[in-house]
Amino acid sequence: MSETVTKKLMLYFPKCECEKPIIYHLVKDHNLVVNVFRAKVTPEEEGFLVLDVTGTEEQIQSGIDFVKTFNVTVNFTGKGVARDEAKCTHCGYCVPYCPTGALNITDGQTRQVAYDESKCIECLACVRVCPFGACTSAF
Amino acid sequence: MKTYKQINERIESGKAVVLTADEIIDYVDKKGLAAAAKEVDVVTTATFGPMCSSGCFLNFGHSKPKIRMSEALIQDVLVYTGIAAVDVYLGATQLRHGDPANMYYPGEFRYGGGHVIEDLIAGKSLQLFALSYGTDCYPLREIRTYFTLHDLNQAIMVNPRNCYQNYNVAINNSDRTIYTYMGRLEPNRKNANYCSAGQLSPLLNDPYYETIGVGTCVWLAGAHGHVYSEGTQHAGQCKRTPGGVPTGGAGTLALTADMKQMKKEFVRGVSFPGYGVSLALGVGIPIPILNEEILKRTCVRDRDIVAPVIDYSSDYPQNTGKTVCQVNYEQLRSGEIEIDGKKVQVGSLSSYYKALEIANLLADEIRRGDFQLVKPIAALSKDEAMKPLVKRKQT
Repeated sequence: MSETVTKKLMLYFPKCECEKPIIYHLVKDHNLVVNVFRAKVTPEEEGFLVLDVTGTEEQIQSGIDFVKTFNVTVNFTGKGVARDEAKCTHCGYCVPYCPTGALNITDGQTRQVAYDESKCIECLACVRVCPFGACTSAF
Repeated sequence: MKTYKQINERIESGKAVVLTADEIIDYVDKKGLAAAAKEVDVVTTATFGPMCSSGCFLNFGHSKPKIRMSEALIQDVLVYTGIAAVDVYLGATQLRHGDPANMYYPGEFRYGGGHVIEDLIAGKSLQLFALSYGTDCYPLREIRTYFTLHDLNQAIMVNPRNCYQNYNVAINNSDRTIYTYMGRLEPNRKNANYCSAGQLSPLLNDPYYETIGVGTCVWLAGAHGHVYSEGTQHAGQCKRTPGGVPTGGAGTLALTADMKQMKKEFVRGVSFPGYGVSLALGVGIPIPILNEEILKRTCVRDRDIVAPVIDYSSDYPQNTGKTVCQVNYEQLRSGEIEIDGKKVQVGSLSSYYKALEIANLLADEIRRGDFQLVKPIAALSKDEAMKPLVKRKQT
């Protein structure tokens, strides 16, 4: 039995693919544990979905291969929330508003604001509060 | 005892010993005050944060035919034209024309004067639209054109109030979220925001204005500028700790510098939902170590600096003068303070990270011999208090 891992994915569903129960099949046919952070269907019927999937590497790969048959774009790196390092001034204003500690100050000496993407649950608090517009949402 | 002349000679020969206000604390602890005062020539201080009383004078040069601008907008942001023909003043907190402000509360305030200043320094092409009533000497009635910083004859930042010596810590005692220039404050004291570089901040390292005065050379967003006056609301007469550090706002500086020499990383437009727009600026100020007393004051630590905690839902807007309590910057920087036994999460509007970067950049410039110190031509007042605006009947 191989080890289980958790991967954070952002799926983009082009028009027409929104009505299919893709998540249901990920759970039932590919034995994945899913944790949906954020989902949105636009008026143009495009869909965005950010979720964690937990399973073995093989199960996750077969799940991804499955969703790709629906013309769904799977994004492993650029998540629904992006932090632009060049725009961040490291003031630390965002830190208390971030409920999971994804945005935090690890070095008390320099007070640099660090972003731990794996802790981000995409609540969008940082997008609303950052005075410099450093955090943005893809959808 | 050292003189400005001796320090400048050492700077010129590349031998000056320069430390940041952050480094000097441990250095003096290790070497002792007397030895360190002999060795160290300059301590650099810095701050980076929103400074609303900022703006700039721009001169566009003359069009063919000429115009005397009577109303003008840059990127749809209104500028002041009540000066000579093609001079304007652009203020940091001016909203963009047509911004609904707080009509749909809380308003977003995405773009305004501070953002125009950021875009200008970043070298972007900006739209100028100006109107005039027309005169015999300035017949043109309307102009729409595009320009960059490079096209302007002068772009001079002139900020009536920067570098507040110390500042309030804002909390919200009410039962609804409030939106202020100190950020979003959650109900029932859920969070607190402060805005100071603490032990790195210029006027906290020179609390009696012994070296920082009118004429002092400053590093303003990368450009070499100077203090042109005391800042507006400067109030040197204030409560102080035994170490001389003001326990509230106190002193301010009016700064100016050439925008064509500025670096874009240190001039940033800011948006505060529900409040408005502003400009965050980076300022560095060198303190010449003329004697032991001056050095001693630059060794101020976060734990020695206290700030007043003020309720922005009632006491601040109603101008009651009440303070909830006092906290020091070491407590604030821990990310959590305690008020009446309740833990309150703390955020900062001022960037210590950027301030540290500026203090180091300035220290490097001085070490390289590229930044000289000058003796102030006038001292900042220590005996002025802040006056309120009184509502009076016509007499």
